[in-house]
Amino acid sequence: MTLEYWTYLFVGVTFAIYLGIAWMSRVKDTKGFFIAGGGVPAPANGMATAADWMSAASFLSMAGLISGMGFAGGVYLMGWTGGYVLLALLLAPYLRKFGHYTVPDFIGGRYDSSTARLIALLCAIFISFTYVVGQMKGVGVVFSVFLGVAPAVGVAIGMAIVFVYAVFGGMKGITWTQVAQFWVLITAFLIPAVAISLKLTGSAIPSIGLGSQVLESVDPARPFLLDKLSLINEQFGFSKYTEAYAANGGWNKLNVFCVCLALMAGTAGLPHVIVRFYTVKSVKAARWSAFWALLFISMLYLCAPAVAAFARYYMVDEVAGLNGSTETELPEWYDKWSELGYIAWVDFDGDGKVAFTNNLTDEVAPIGVALDADGNEQKVDVQPNELMRILKVPAETRQELIEDADAWLAANGGTADGGAAAKATLLGMGAAHHPDRDIIVLATPQMAELADWMVAFVIAGGLAAALSTASGLLLVISSSVSHDLYYNMMNPQASEKQRLLVGRVAIGVALLIAGYFGINPPGFVGEVVAFAFGLAAASFFPAIVLGIFSKRVGTVPAVAGMLVGITFTAFYITTQKADVILLNPEIAEAIFGPKGQGLREPWFYGINAQGIGTVGMLLNFIVTLGLTPLCKPPSDKTKALIDSVREPEMAGEGLDIETADIH
Amino acid sequence: MTDTDQPTSGPPTPADPEAVAEALKRYWRSNVTIMVVLLTIWAIVGLGCGILFADKLNGFSLGGYPLGFWFAQQGSIMTFVLIILTYCILLNRLDKRHHDELEQIKKQSGGAA
Repeated sequence: MTLEYWTYLFVGVTFAIYLGIAWMSRVKDTKGFFIAGGGVPAPANGMATAADWMSAASFLSMAGLISGMGFAGGVYLMGWTGGYVLLALLLAPYLRKFGHYTVPDFIGGRYDSSTARLIALLCAIFISFTYVVGQMKGVGVVFSVFLGVAPAVGVAIGMAIVFVYAVFGGMKGITWTQVAQFWVLITAFLIPAVAISLKLTGSAIPSIGLGSQVLESVDPARPFLLDKLSLINEQFGFSKYTEAYAANGGWNKLNVFCVCLALMAGTAGLPHVIVRFYTVKSVKAARWSAFWALLFISMLYLCAPAVAAFARYYMVDEVAGLNGSTETELPEWYDKWSELGYIAWVDFDGDGKVAFTNNLTDEVAPIGVALDADGNEQKVDVQPNELMRILKVPAETRQELIEDADAWLAANGGTADGGAAAKATLLGMGAAHHPDRDIIVLATPQMAELADWMVAFVIAGGLAAALSTASGLLLVISSSVSHDLYYNMMNPQASEKQRLLVGRVAIGVALLIAGYFGINPPGFVGEVVAFAFGLAAASFFPAIVLGIFSKRVGTVPAVAGMLVGITFTAFYITTQKADVILLNPEIAEAIFGPKGQGLREPWFYGINAQGIGTVGMLLNFIVTLGLTPLCKPPSDKTKALIDSVREPEMAGEGLDIETADIH
Repeated sequence: MTDTDQPTSGPPTPADPEAVAEALKRYWRSNVTIMVVLLTIWAIVGLGCGILFADKLNGFSLGGYPLGFWFAQQGSIMTFVLIILTYCILLNRLDKRHHDELEQIKKQSGGAA
């Protein structure tokens, strides 16, 4: 059986399972629709939360990022798991006690203000949309690469599946489908990780393999895997894999710290995971399900760095990897991804050998380090990098490059000047100076030459990760629209039936919009993810924390804090990513001046766009706490509300049974 | 959704409201203490060992791992799981103690009346 058939088989079977589960758990009432009737067992809720949490980004992109970044890639691991701890300890128990479905609802209720509610609502919808679009794009990539289907058709198939189980099953259908998706995605991630770990180090546990010596078949000297990686990296001018805050490129300590904290606080404010704490029946079960969820999440997060390191070896190494390969030696996985422009070798110097290096100039430079026969470090020459990503290059040029890169090179300046002219042309057209990072996870099983069925299973896993997160987010959008906007702000007399209808229509419409952007991703999708986290950190997080732990903070300071946090963060990210956010480099230049100068360099202590949410959050706290003594305290009603949120729930109390007639 | 209409602070039998308020205050204080301690560990391991001191810790090694790297990519995650586990166990125990205490108060004031 070929890879394609295996892929059809696994994707088909898993999709059939999701639909079957959705049919068995369809619902009729708002409670079942929005919080699954509040009666999901803790471990199952933990699995669903884990599937919700682990998006296409966790599954497809994270290991690739770590692979390229080495040590600094840890911010994603720590940021996303550490954020979960903040959520479970600081926010979730109290939001659950408050007893409403959404974050905007809490902020609106606690600060007794529809302005606050509206700000939170807009943020929640913006964040959720950014996320869903990313998931849909992931679905499109998987389908187009492995099933030879146009991305648009892939996205449409994914939309149809999510539509069926989200619209009919609501939270209940989504929860049980996510339980299935969790198993698909976690096995799909672990099986190849274990297989490669065995192959490279002989250890069946990837976390241990990562810290072990490589097998003799890999390197007769049997160095530690990480030491070997550091050596390989240095040989081609990259910084040591494990080195913190390397001098040649990479993030400094301040940036790593800020990005990590922004991810932590931002994740804690992500609406689709908070709602998960409502779907179990007692507070005890809510706590246990938080534990189960992080335990399940950690299964993937502890393996991802191992996968990242294994992939790095297969990318950079001279023997097993790409460096030094000739055209005929290039592995099969390379061909697969180069057909679509995710990775493209352009032989700028015409020596017929691949160079994947950190030398971004046009000439050989002595920036590498290697060990000589006596084990002393020696400077070595590093060839200019020749591996590019050409996804954003205009379609015509891309086609020429994919079909015959050498011919294109000859026609565009040739190799006489080391390909300098051709390279400049290519970079000017939007090519990147490295291969696409999203290919790592999907390509690793092929890199390690694992069986076709394993590769196919990873593909099904990637789809599971994308679909589970997409459905959770769509439900949040739907409940925000139906509950916060329609029921609380527009039509408080709405009946159960009307709210359910609005909820379903909202999911459908949200899905169509997300699908449209998934097929035609605006260039800024990747950049906007930084926005989503930064915004969640700078808006929700301080408002919720102070709302629970302070009885003194009133409406005006909270709203002012949120506005300052959001404005600062949004403005900073816009100045940094002006080209893509304003959609046009010329407009960007007219407003903020030329690229890399003044406002368009990281003007706040060199902090990058991903980390600025931390500063926004601090500003929010400062403004809110600074204004608090000057403004009037909350009403007695609000104080009573805070008291009630702080009281423990009745142990083992079941939620209302009156709405439990499900089916 | 209005599961607040049976508040834990107001048991159906008349109880000494001051004793109840006192018990609640104690509960909240223990709750905050547990949270602060666990979040301190969270910050020291995650932000401290994983980021602020990672370059120094990289001078030591754990098997084939430089220690700072291990904290950033493995140790912090393991610690986070343990933090949530501890939180679950401690808070569930605290809840139970609080409920027992309320029962006690209820009984005592029932006897007094």
